Amino acid sequence: MAKDMRTPIESGCPDGFQYMHPVMVKNFGQWKFHEHPRPGVLRHVAHSGDEIWTVKAGTQRILDLYTLRKLCDIGDKFADGYVRFTIRSNIEYMVDAETKVEPLINALEGFGFVVGGTANSVAMISHTQGWLHCDIPGTDASGVVKAMMDELVDEFRNCNMPNRVHITTSCCQINCGGQGDIAINVQHTKPPKINHDLVANVCERPSVVARCPVAAIRPAQVDGKPTLEVDEKKCICCGACYPPCPPMQINDPEHSKLAIWVGGNHSNARAKPSFQKLVAAGIPNNPPRWPEATAIVKKILRAYKDDAKDWERINDWVDRIGWPRFFELTGLPFTKYHIDNWRGSRKSLNASTYIRL
Amino acid sequence: MAKDTHDTPMLDELENGPWPSFISGIKRLRDKHPDQRINGVANDLLGQLEHSYETRKGYWKGGTVSVYGYGGGIIPRFSEVGKQFPDSKEFHTLRVQPPAGNFYSTDILRQLGESWEKWGSGLVTFHGQTGNIMFIGATTENTQHFFDEVNDYGFDLGGAGPCVRTAMSCVGSARCEQSCANEHRIHRELVNNFTDDVHRPALPYKFKFKVSGCPNDCVNSIERADFAVIGTWRDEIKVDQEAVTAFVERKGRQYVIDNVITRCPTNCMSLTDEDKLEIDDRNCVKCMHCLNVMPAALSPGDDRGVSLLMGGKRTLKIGDLMGTVIVPFMKLETDEDYQRLVELAEETIDFWAENGLEHERCGEMIERIGLINFLEGIGVDVDPNMVSHPRESSYVRTDGWDEEAEKWFRRRAEEKSAAAG
Repeated sequence: MAKDMRTPIESGCPDGFQYMHPVMVKNFGQWKFHEHPRPGVLRHVAHSGDEIWTVKAGTQRILDLYTLRKLCDIGDKFADGYVRFTIRSNIEYMVDAETKVEPLINALEGFGFVVGGTANSVAMISHTQGWLHCDIPGTDASGVVKAMMDELVDEFRNCNMPNRVHITTSCCQINCGGQGDIAINVQHTKPPKINHDLVANVCERPSVVARCPVAAIRPAQVDGKPTLEVDEKKCICCGACYPPCPPMQINDPEHSKLAIWVGGNHSNARAKPSFQKLVAAGIPNNPPRWPEATAIVKKILRAYKDDAKDWERINDWVDRIGWPRFFELTGLPFTKYHIDNWRGSRKSLNASTYIRL
Repeated sequence: MAKDTHDTPMLDELENGPWPSFISGIKRLRDKHPDQRINGVANDLLGQLEHSYETRKGYWKGGTVSVYGYGGGIIPRFSEVGKQFPDSKEFHTLRVQPPAGNFYSTDILRQLGESWEKWGSGLVTFHGQTGNIMFIGATTENTQHFFDEVNDYGFDLGGAGPCVRTAMSCVGSARCEQSCANEHRIHRELVNNFTDDVHRPALPYKFKFKVSGCPNDCVNSIERADFAVIGTWRDEIKVDQEAVTAFVERKGRQYVIDNVITRCPTNCMSLTDEDKLEIDDRNCVKCMHCLNVMPAALSPGDDRGVSLLMGGKRTLKIGDLMGTVIVPFMKLETDEDYQRLVELAEETIDFWAENGLEHERCGEMIERIGLINFLEGIGVDVDPNMVSHPRESSYVRTDGWDEEAEKWFRRRAEEKSAAAG
């Protein structure tokens, strides 16, 4: 059998130049400046005088073939046939003349895509697979994002925020969605429920024990069968044991909640990159439209929009006004769960008289 | 379609509202596509997803699927409720490496779409969080057919499991004036040196390369990559003073003071009485803020290169880690420069493969063994740019001090004579 199989060509990452707009190939590394003439549009000017205009549009990320072909049709008819995707799954069309911009925008909007997502807008929420495809998800990222973007669409279309806002979602605490100005992540609140009949056959027990961040898992015997048990007082409900050991079910229809974090910023601009901080938890995981999570996100965005200064990202804004004021402005409760309690937590305690009274 | 379809009252709610709906897209495949295979897959996928929405649980399990000759690159998904939803019971994702910078012609997108229509579900994502094109939903048998077809016209699988993963790079020099590097070449030289480690998972855990052309770090490399390459420069910011004056005139002096001068993290800027900018470049940390505000007036310097940071990762197991500066600056101009970069990546992966524990990311290993042991392992000398400040704890043995101080002075003397030429 094997001799009939085709040997793979280990070509790795393809060369992007073959698919790049000719104006971009010609001016590679020779760009002079850019402008942002309107939301969703960028104008880049090269030292040669050449220009490239970019129109950015939001999509549903999970593309069906019809949508993919529609995006290609628009690219052939109204643009120059060259596109790229941003890391937030927006599509960008590059064209060589300003005259092509308006008809392209009209075509995209006409077919239901949303033009925007540039500069100080709320960008497309970057997200993960969720119930549609993941093996360990606590929620459905695509659904959460669709429901939230429906409500934030005007903030995507316009540039009315103090600076850009990157929102992310994650369906478990591994947090594939990554750091964001605002992150909406699953937060489990109960230890895993263990099916002791299956553990010995399904799980490699020593590696599951090793996976636990707080050493709460130990080998055990239940009804004469080798299995694992969890010290529930130590357990932090992170779910790290669940991927290597599916009989340790962490997802729970009621007790897997959503939490919201703010202030993650990957850029070095103005300050070093920062991690997001927990601001709200215990939010119901409520399909199909997750209204409680969206309401809190909108509350945070409103406070930020009203109170932050130009160019302040959410982390810059909170650094200036302080956390007590953040909780006051957003109306969110401050609880004991907001205070770090691990070995390195002293770095986050206020060891000064810097108190805004 | 006359065929019975699953009721999806909860998912139907996600067809309302102005944002494009992924549910409407899957329904198009169910109701309009001429191929009954695709109709059936879409129908049962929607059925299972509705079941997840009702019960608030996922029903996919992993397994082992790959193509001939490889050990990874595919995310296997078998349904736990396959009896109820048989047409989507095998629903594997193929991770395919995109061209560097995520550039596509509509022609190549159509070609990929046609191949996927033949062998898969018709659902695709550009791109997953690791940076792959995600072709979502193929049977075990069809993964091989689809791979054979796209591999023939230049596409290859990415990484999945404990291996070198698909890399990412920003739009960079192709369109952005802030770029200080050839992201495209860095991305491909690095990841394509490790195709064996991409396709045959045999490392402690995942290893990610990400490349950003400037410190705005649009691909989040410091937070997400084991090996982050970030373009930077070491001479002066280029200032077009006429453009500065025009900017001040347009936006007002207060705006420039509030949004440029006082936002500089090292206070190295000053606005003169003539509305020109003075920059103390010796203290510029290349944060990019002033260049972002005034892109027509300010540009990166000409003496360009990259900074390398290693050990970034997300939450599990020991918590989030940012990358740490390992090489403050290196030039990337000649073939030898690129070779040095690739060799450093090889040293790093070799050392981590030898010393990392199972399921331990490179950054977690560095935390466990200490930065010094890591640096000695990969043959890199200590540098004060690697730390925010020297140690605060006095619990340290310093009986090798004289020798270490001697090394420092020797290195400084060598650098000086190399610079003198």
